[in-house]
Amino acid sequence: MSNLAKTFSSSLGRKLVMALTGLFLCTFLIVHLVGNLQLFKDDAGQAFNAYAYFMTHFTPIKVVSYLLYASIIVHAIYALIISAGNKKARPIAYAVQAGSQNSPWTSRNMGILGTILLVFIVVHMGDFWWKYHNDELPYAKYEISLDNPNDINVSELPYDADRLVHSEVTDVQAGKRTVISKDLYKIVNNSFQTWWYVLLYVIAMAALSFHLIHGFRSAFQTIGWNNSRFLPLVRFIGVWVFGVLIPLAFAAMPLYFFFK
Amino acid sequence: MSKNMNLTLKVWRQKNSDTKGKFVTYQADHVSPDMSFLEMLDVVNEDLTRKGDDPIHFDHDCREGICGSCSLHINGRPHGPKQGITTCQLHMRSFNNNDTVVIEPWRAEAFPVIKDLAVDRGAFDRIQAAGGFVSVNTGGVPDANAIAIPKVIADEAFNSATCIGCGACVAACKNASAMLFVSAKVSQLALLPQGQPERYRRVQAMVAQMDAEGFGSCTNTGACEAECPKEISITNIARMNRDYFTAKLIKQEEA
Repeated sequence: MSNLAKTFSSSLGRKLVMALTGLFLCTFLIVHLVGNLQLFKDDAGQAFNAYAYFMTHFTPIKVVSYLLYASIIVHAIYALIISAGNKKARPIAYAVQAGSQNSPWTSRNMGILGTILLVFIVVHMGDFWWKYHNDELPYAKYEISLDNPNDINVSELPYDADRLVHSEVTDVQAGKRTVISKDLYKIVNNSFQTWWYVLLYVIAMAALSFHLIHGFRSAFQTIGWNNSRFLPLVRFIGVWVFGVLIPLAFAAMPLYFFFK
Repeated sequence: MSKNMNLTLKVWRQKNSDTKGKFVTYQADHVSPDMSFLEMLDVVNEDLTRKGDDPIHFDHDCREGICGSCSLHINGRPHGPKQGITTCQLHMRSFNNNDTVVIEPWRAEAFPVIKDLAVDRGAFDRIQAAGGFVSVNTGGVPDANAIAIPKVIADEAFNSATCIGCGACVAACKNASAMLFVSAKVSQLALLPQGQPERYRRVQAMVAQMDAEGFGSCTNTGACEAECPKEISITNIARMNRDYFTAKLIKQEEA
């Protein structure tokens, strides 16, 4: 065990921790994005609220979510430790250093981009995750016609401590299914009516894009997986999927609610 | 024929490793564009000596890009603005008349300044001594063709072996990391059959020494490979990482 501890406190071991936690966070982004696509569904948030319930109450997902929180913290702490070591490695800075002539901007600013993302994660979780878990949110009651699932009648119910977070009753005789769930959709919708809040999200997604354009490829280089056959694929996924597609799709969500 | 140039030099002067250094401005006039950068400094030094001043100290030896002695950080870049050359191979035609040229030593905790622009790169020697060798036991000399090595592998090993240990990778890196140097020295042996018996012991020992010397970590910016006078690829870094993690997490060989 002490050998393993030594390995992870070496310069290479620390970078391995950064790479592995970083890649795990990348896989989370895919899941988070796919789930959040429910926001675009025109059903007054019924699918999204059902998804929010599933994500917070399904045990395997809860286990993975704790792994996720740990990864974010470890990724940030190791970044600090590594940066402090790097700073110590060059106590006297150059008067002139032409970094732009030998390396991409993203690679030299991972710390700043990561800090923006960390601030964003705290704000983001505080506004949705914390409120969903701890606040006395109103409930939404959806009456969905069994004949036509697009025929949804939605009404608001006040907070009630005894009410289940999510419940479903199907009444065949009345021809409708009644779903009552904690209304996270409403919180999301209300939050994104403020222009500066939307702007914060868009800026954070720009930071995410630049962070991952370098980070995704860099993780594979650190792990040592830079086989010439796979490298073009890794680069492509890093730039186009994690650098462009995912941040754009996430940024589209606040913009969708703002302009809806 | 191009005309001679007048340049303003801002040179880092530092008495020794214990004192603080500072920039001193010198005027270099009538500089021939055909001079090498070091010859230009030679002329400046002759002037300084004639005036009774202390000449600017800088490392140099072969002056043909092989020895890895010269180590000047010129206008923000190790070995100056050109790619794939050392400072001694840099010609003054790469500069323009009336340019200001800032000359600094390699800046890294692990490379303390000896005097002015000369730094102590003993850290590299200690990393090499930790494992950058193959142990050859006595006995008859084997035939050169007795061990078949694929051409691509031999080429790759030779490319890694072109490292002259100048330290430009450390100088260029925003973290003063020595990963490119160490990985080239690990790779040149790890790729070849002769390097296999000590492969996993070597990588662990050399990385441990690298960390002990106080170099920074690798952010994969690629600045090292862009500035390396021998254009050594960061593929070597990935290879070293792979070997290191294999050694530490799978092989469990003694370091």
